[in-house]
Amino acid sequence: MGGYRLHQLATVRKLFIYLLLLSLPVKALAQTSLNMTQGVTEISGKVYELHMLIFYICCAIAFVVFGAMFYAIFNHRKSKGAVAADFHESTKVEIIWTVIPVIILIAMAIPATKTLIAMEDTSKSDLTIKITGSQWKWHYSYFGEEIEFFSLLATSSEEIDGIKEKGANYLLEVNNPLVLPINKKIRFLLTSDDVIHSWWVPDFAVKKDTVPGFINEAWTKIDKPGIYRGQCAELCGQAHGFMPIVVHAMEEDDYEQWLIGKRQDVERQKIEAAKALANNMPLDQLMTIGEKVYLERCSVCHQPNGMGLPAVFPAINGSPIATGDISLHIDTIVNGRSGTAMQAFALQLTDQEIAAVITYQRNAWDNKTGDVIQASDINAFKNPAEADKKSEEEQ
Amino acid sequence: MKTSIESNNIGSTIESELVASDTASSHDDHHAPSGWTRWVFSTNHKDIGTLYLIFSLTMFFIGGAMAMVIRAELFQPGLQLVEPNFFNQMTTVHGLIMVFGAVMPAFTGLANWMIPMMIGAPDMALPRMNNLSFWILPFAFLILLASLFTEGGGPNFGWTFYAPLSTTYSPDSTALFVFSVHIMGISSIMGAINVIVTIFNMRAPGMTLMKMPMFVWTWLITAFLLIAVMPVLAGAVTMVLTDKYFGTSFFDAAGGGDPVMFQHIFWFFGHPEVYIMILPSFGIVSAIVPAFSGKKLFGYNSMVYATVSIALMSFLVWAHHMFTTGMPVFAELFFMYCTMLISVPTGVKVFNWVATMWRGSLTFETPMLFAIAFIVLFTIGGFSGLMLAIVPADFQYHDTYFVVAHFHYVLVSGAVFSIMAAAYYWLPKWTGNMYNQRLSLWHFWTSLISVNILFFPMHFLGLAGMPRRIPDYAIQFADVNQIVSIGGFAFGLSQLLFLWVVIKCIKGGEKAPAKPWERAEGLEWTVPSPAPHHTFDQPPKID
Repeated sequence: MGGYRLHQLATVRKLFIYLLLLSLPVKALAQTSLNMTQGVTEISGKVYELHMLIFYICCAIAFVVFGAMFYAIFNHRKSKGAVAADFHESTKVEIIWTVIPVIILIAMAIPATKTLIAMEDTSKSDLTIKITGSQWKWHYSYFGEEIEFFSLLATSSEEIDGIKEKGANYLLEVNNPLVLPINKKIRFLLTSDDVIHSWWVPDFAVKKDTVPGFINEAWTKIDKPGIYRGQCAELCGQAHGFMPIVVHAMEEDDYEQWLIGKRQDVERQKIEAAKALANNMPLDQLMTIGEKVYLERCSVCHQPNGMGLPAVFPAINGSPIATGDISLHIDTIVNGRSGTAMQAFALQLTDQEIAAVITYQRNAWDNKTGDVIQASDINAFKNPAEADKKSEEEQ
Repeated sequence: MKTSIESNNIGSTIESELVASDTASSHDDHHAPSGWTRWVFSTNHKDIGTLYLIFSLTMFFIGGAMAMVIRAELFQPGLQLVEPNFFNQMTTVHGLIMVFGAVMPAFTGLANWMIPMMIGAPDMALPRMNNLSFWILPFAFLILLASLFTEGGGPNFGWTFYAPLSTTYSPDSTALFVFSVHIMGISSIMGAINVIVTIFNMRAPGMTLMKMPMFVWTWLITAFLLIAVMPVLAGAVTMVLTDKYFGTSFFDAAGGGDPVMFQHIFWFFGHPEVYIMILPSFGIVSAIVPAFSGKKLFGYNSMVYATVSIALMSFLVWAHHMFTTGMPVFAELFFMYCTMLISVPTGVKVFNWVATMWRGSLTFETPMLFAIAFIVLFTIGGFSGLMLAIVPADFQYHDTYFVVAHFHYVLVSGAVFSIMAAAYYWLPKWTGNMYNQRLSLWHFWTSLISVNILFFPMHFLGLAGMPRRIPDYAIQFADVNQIVSIGGFAFGLSQLLFLWVVIKCIKGGEKAPAKPWERAEGLEWTVPSPAPHHTFDQPPKID
């Protein structure tokens, strides 16, 4: 046994050296964040303090408990001639180490309760934003304004596949960030179109699930202008890792300016849509726009080659919908298919884009139908009554 | 009866009686069939225990291989090896296999082997049900693994299978998943009934409840938890099945259902399940620590009461998994307080183990090393659990790598380490041979170091904002993920050492005496090593 123990010690020493070597890269991580953010709101600061408080309490308990244990390990070992004592119960001791933890827990619970109650008080807000999660993007709608938009991942698939070098905000960048004013109490109403997602911005200490069919509430009041990034936190399907959140927080004046610009955009889009209705595009132009829309919006599921994923997402190449009745094809894209992952794109894309992508799907790959669909067809499908009236007037 | 003659607990007067009874009913060979029928038709608690343990080890390596796929994909940012959909299948099936295929069957295997020997019973009370409860398990996992090869792939919605991702949006193979979980549940319930009936009816005369070894106590309580919650899981999967295939709307708001109700039902099963996977560990550690400290377990009674109160309270904390679902404040407060409170009896257990070691005369054989590592690392998992209980902070931790770190500390360096400790502690009894000490030390130290390189930095990833269950991540998480993956590969390789030690030990090695651990207590050490096919045909005498 003696030789065996010596060997054991030698092994231990060797392994400790390896452990030291392995801990070296930790120094190189100095810039990488290793702790929770203090964030940019009063609440996020409080949450950080609470986190550190409990962490230190745990460290103190660990110091005492492990300290006693390692003292015993080093001093009460048989090899040092330790003789076992005989005690094995003490009601007094058991009561002491039941009561002391309870007191510590109460000390933790008081600040936690206070912070929680403040976090859940969504009353007296200055501004309300509705956040809708769907596979795999966020939709933001500003209450009292005619402003709403989708926010999608802006990182290119070349970066993800390692063809292009990854940018600084890899996977944490979007096409349309949520824009918010600072120093205002902003209430969020959260819901979902399909599965459960979770809207999380660490700098605000806001994480709330978006549940289909239900509306959750959360709020924040941002102290500093800046760009704050977060991610979906609830597993929501294959592109769960690819639906980031970006919030652009600005001074109130800048925010007002942004609102004005956004309102003008809305007006411009209306005019463009009206123009598109009157304007019939040639096939090649529709195909170019359609391909772009397809790659951005459809190819995540249906794949760039239109083949889909067997038994998960149907192929579009050679599919009965994309080669058959046009109105069924339009219906599928405009209204989606309930009970499947196919979403309604009526509000996500303009009539022009829907027309283009349908034209693309009906002419790309082996689907050489030769069909050309125009924005006016989509508009007629969406508003059959209006279309009827129009045709009556023409007669 | 040779068994009893060699045991030193039995007085010589009883010996002669036993010898007489042995000659009168000498039919041992009749009960020990050879070849494959020995295993397939077995009603012997030791053989079935062995089957459970081998099955568990196999599943541990299959589930571990999936973890290796996950860590390889996460070695650097970008998508390199697997598609996101397959990545999700790996995280899902890894979780299901480790929980239902590795940890739970390992405990049932240990229960089968040890409980009858610890309470002086000749076998489990319901031997045929014992056979059935094991032999349906391989089919459950064959179905689950086969689903990975179906068109559209296997389950990809996480082992927690939240609706409606697992209903409306799930792959066609979901029915296979549901069926396999049903079989696992039936197996667990049968195993649990067997444990309860055995403990209540087959204890040797004089083995009162408060004299039972802690392992028996913790398993008794675990068995009650299993019977209480496995049917709830069965209900949850059945509702998923009917929602997906038969047009019901339990979890679909459009039909008047509620997706969050799924989470309530799942976690009403899921939280006691957490304790199902740790209470037997408490029993194992409570057997090993005294044996190598040379002292009796400190506070036996309080250990029993603490276990019972943990089990009862485990029914009152489920919604701490759901703080971000939008519960009312009073519910959040209630579940926060209950969760904090459950750390009190858990703390009492840790304090009792430390008090057992205090002023003992400690030796550090491999089982003890694993038990000490268990106490330290499980407690670290307990601390992060306490942090997670604090609702405002949980809003930041929830669904991040902080949670992943937390539950791997309690399940890998907790439950799995305790199972390793148990294996080293009882291998000499099972095989009749000592394990190779040098290799076992290598296994321990490589496991201990790599498990911490694997899971400790995950705390930092979570705090820095990395969500769990993502196949690709932002640049700032790259360095730490690389370290974690290296730790993961090292931990995976270390477990091959364990396999080697076990195989070597089964094949041969230094012969083990009936009681290889000088100061161990318990009836299992009164029978020879390896334990004969039948033990305690006549109940032992307990003073």
